[in-house]
Amino acid sequence: MMRSYGSLFRLRFNNGLQYRTAALAGVATQFFWGMILIMVYRAFYAMADGASMPMSLPQIVTYIWLQQAFLTFIMLWHRDNELFQLITTGNIAYELCRPTDLYTFWYAKLLAQRLSSALLRCSPILIFAWFLPSPYELSPPPDLSALILFVVSLLLGLLVLVSISMFIYISVFYTMSPVGSLLMFNVVGEFLAGMVIPVPLMPDWLQRIVVVLPFRWTADFPFRVFSGHIGYHEALSGIMVQLVWLICLILLGKLAMRRALTRVVVQGG
Amino acid sequence: MIELNGISKSFKVARRSSGMKNAIKALFHREYTHVQALQDISFSIEPGEIVGYIGPNGAGKSTTIKIMSGILVPDSGSCRILGYTPWQDRVNYVKQIGVVFGQRTQLWWDVPVIDSFDLLRDIYDVSPQAYRDNLDLLTETLDLTGIIQTPVRQLSLGQRMRCEIAASLLHSPDILFLDEPTIGLDAVSKIAVRDFIRTINRERGVTVILTTHDMHDIEALAKRIIMIGRGKLLVDGKLDELRDRFGRRKTMTVDYEQHPGRMFAPPELPGVEVANWSKDRAVIHVDTVQSRISDVINVISSQVELLDVTVESQPIEEIILDLYKEYEL
Repeated sequence: MMRSYGSLFRLRFNNGLQYRTAALAGVATQFFWGMILIMVYRAFYAMADGASMPMSLPQIVTYIWLQQAFLTFIMLWHRDNELFQLITTGNIAYELCRPTDLYTFWYAKLLAQRLSSALLRCSPILIFAWFLPSPYELSPPPDLSALILFVVSLLLGLLVLVSISMFIYISVFYTMSPVGSLLMFNVVGEFLAGMVIPVPLMPDWLQRIVVVLPFRWTADFPFRVFSGHIGYHEALSGIMVQLVWLICLILLGKLAMRRALTRVVVQGG
Repeated sequence: MIELNGISKSFKVARRSSGMKNAIKALFHREYTHVQALQDISFSIEPGEIVGYIGPNGAGKSTTIKIMSGILVPDSGSCRILGYTPWQDRVNYVKQIGVVFGQRTQLWWDVPVIDSFDLLRDIYDVSPQAYRDNLDLLTETLDLTGIIQTPVRQLSLGQRMRCEIAASLLHSPDILFLDEPTIGLDAVSKIAVRDFIRTINRERGVTVILTTHDMHDIEALAKRIIMIGRGKLLVDGKLDELRDRFGRRKTMTVDYEQHPGRMFAPPELPGVEVANWSKDRAVIHVDTVQSRISDVINVISSQVELLDVTVESQPIEEIILDLYKEYEL
């Protein structure tokens, strides 16, 4: 049984590695985008009293570089048009006569895509950022445990993100068009994940909303673990929260998927 | 093996009249109509049968196939196939069946056919030995040798369809559902597909349910047909019986030489109709219930010198057309 999901994962993963030029273009874009963001924050920090800020400038810079390097791990708008087409054209008929759990099958597929594109993109950006002159450089994590906790929380964050994005695909069973759900998930989800501004820089009332939602666990949390902004103990309990969210989201997603499938209409006869 | 009992299915369809006013009205109040796709469909199919499932467009053929393959859930009725209720025990059930939708594709567009096959092998958990055997048999009988390494997007429709059929049989299913497998194929590919279906039915005992609009498919393959129209089951019977019951019209072509002074005259027998005639040939339709062929020949041979007589049964295409007319489809 697991072999089929593994096989799909491998096929998608290899397929994703084919797109080297796209990855190169992406790397360049993200590199410049990261530079611009850092310049903006430098300007802000130059005007303010640095000591009173909730995050130090090197921490912000590191946060931005990680965000750019692992963009495909954390952006909700990374979409698989193939899945949307399956649903809206009715080709889902074939997907449904396979002896596989559709939720797990799609999950494996989406995960493979994100992993393969991140694999191509992350190391050039991280290496570049490492060698940049101060204050643009990526600072290393404070110690080895922070690095390990970062890797764990980043991967868990990826799993949480994919389970959130599954809801976009499930919603298409009802709406027949991904545009609306994509837009909503993008704008709301990415802001709440700390993609636009890091969560510690948000006003208090907004932070109170953000902590009860799953989005910040996908990006904000692992990046701050890396920079040491979130300490050892807090990181461990955060990873527990990630696990709880992951289980809840997957269970909810499977339930929603099952409900969607009982009322599925195969489009186009 | 396959038992359908009182299966009904309806779809909710949103509709509005044309025009701006109605479009705005539909924003606030949507009108739906229920389309009854299937109404109380019951039949049973024995192992090893090839059944032609026919009906005009929109009759509910594909809907029935989708219910039988566990994709759609019917509103009411029961369905037992191989001991499973398809939509309840979907994952275990679909391991036993193969499905081909002629208008859709299950192969991965960007990769060579063999990659899709390998993925299907893992999805269905086919043992390496069984996979190799099946693949050999399929490549040989469907003539896939040259095309299996080619990306799907570069295949012609006929080549692709042969691969689609092969893909549905890699896991040695007991039942094969074919929804318009010959749609858009040229004569050579059609014959290849038909031969193949016959082969796997004979050699492996695969039960085949086939929907098609090409009556040659039915004639070449199916011993039994089930006909539905507007969601209702209309005819379920052996093709031969159907032909006896409805295909009683025969067409005679008579070549003759006229005797001097005696002309060919249309025989005045009931149920006999001369479509056209000239001084050396006549085409005559005979309703074999009302008049016997031999009587017609007797009458003509008394008028003219017969050179050649050919008698053709009514093609199945026309029988079906008559049936559609009879049921006002």
